Amino acid sequence: MSATLADPNAARAHARAMDGTVVEAMPILPPRADDLPAGVFSDDLLWEETIAGGGYASRLIARGTRLRLIDLEGDACASLMLFNAATPTERLNIADTVKVQWNAYPSTGSLLLSDMGRVLASIEQDDAGTHDAFCGASNEASNRRHYGDGRNSGAYPNARDRLLLGAAKHGLSRRDVHPCITLFKGVRIDADGTIDPQIGPFAPGRALTLRAEMDLILVVANCPHVLDARPWSITPLRATAWAGPITTADDPLRTATPERRRAFLNTEDLYRR
Amino acid sequence: MENDPHFAGLTGQVVHDEIVAARAPWLHRMKAGETLRVVDLEGNQAVDFLLYATDDDAERYSAQDTVAAQSNIFLRTGSVLRSNEGRPMMTIVGTSVEYHDTIGGACSCESNSLRYGHHTKAQHSCVDNFLEANLRDGRGKRDIVSNVNFFMNVPVEADGALGIVDGISAPGLTVDLRAEMDVTVLVSNCPQINNPCNGFNPTPVRMIVTA
Repeated sequence: MSATLADPNAARAHARAMDGTVVEAMPILPPRADDLPAGVFSDDLLWEETIAGGGYASRLIARGTRLRLIDLEGDACASLMLFNAATPTERLNIADTVKVQWNAYPSTGSLLLSDMGRVLASIEQDDAGTHDAFCGASNEASNRRHYGDGRNSGAYPNARDRLLLGAAKHGLSRRDVHPCITLFKGVRIDADGTIDPQIGPFAPGRALTLRAEMDLILVVANCPHVLDARPWSITPLRATAWAGPITTADDPLRTATPERRRAFLNTEDLYRR
Repeated sequence: MENDPHFAGLTGQVVHDEIVAARAPWLHRMKAGETLRVVDLEGNQAVDFLLYATDDDAERYSAQDTVAAQSNIFLRTGSVLRSNEGRPMMTIVGTSVEYHDTIGGACSCESNSLRYGHHTKAQHSCVDNFLEANLRDGRGKRDIVSNVNFFMNVPVEADGALGIVDGISAPGLTVDLRAEMDVTVLVSNCPQINNPCNGFNPTPVRMIVTA
């Protein structure tokens, strides 16, 4: 092999012969999906990618975009960071998210709130119900303890360092890796504070759809939950995004509570310029 | 000192002793091995608390790493406050309060507008305290992450209901923290007046450091 690739022409031919290769975890360009919801058309598609177990992705998401995440095989674990794309010092505040909405378990109808009192995204639809606002991402030390290795360059990358790479590709750095929300792997909190992890594996195909309420930088890592006690178990995560309308004043998620109504008022005020 | 009940049980030499005024920020560097005692002087006073590794302040307190490592959301005696690298920053070596919060975060002018209404926008807040002290120490807004709330009570009910409720602290109760590395301690003596976390009346707290 190395002998035949010793000249640039052969190396070029070898590289170009890979064109059109299809693997499970990859982006589809231009995006294609044959399972869009009713009323969504191919021309609306913005993003179609399957993120490997242990992988990550980051992307600009415009206001109004719907982002559907699917736990394809029942063992995805999506740790999510969200930033205001225009001013990334504004980012998801997970404490405000649970405190302002008086609820520990984000699901359908919940808002993901920024540290500036605005709505980054709404959970428009959720048929998983097992998410985690408390435990956050694994880190290099926790993966080393559990799997013997946690480096990005190894077989057991940790979620925090995946998030760091994704954030860095938008000019962000270690100080910007904020407390995250983890989707598809959940927790329940007992009265004495004990965290009961809900690790699964779950039924294949559970989906959650986010509605972007601001222009966002989204970073997602798909690594095992930090309290997953099993041997390395992580399966692919599918992301599909399509363009959609900006939330209106009579939106039922928006009018559901006074806190949510005021969060949308603050968000609209940001775009009043 | 021997007649001051706030020093009860402390060993070592007092190297710092300060009253933090109601509503005020406080920033202090501690060496590994030193112990900080926070005294809730008048009771039911939330003390919002962050830590940075003094040698590399991109390493900071992580509420998520802390609760995940102990599989419990409450901070009690023995709880280890961990960094975003999973390393021990401080250990709660004793407290006369049943537990402390680390899921409720800090109040801000912006979140107050959601929680209570836009009429509260002009009120002082913990995030403004954190910002002011951080800005003077070379950090900024993105260095503010989920914090500890000493003497604050945030239960989670079986149905997921979560909220700041009446304090479980009382006058003179304390929490003692041993530094496991050189740390920069950042405190906001919470100025919130719209919920029970400060008994609707922010009051001073005392900081005693021993070595």
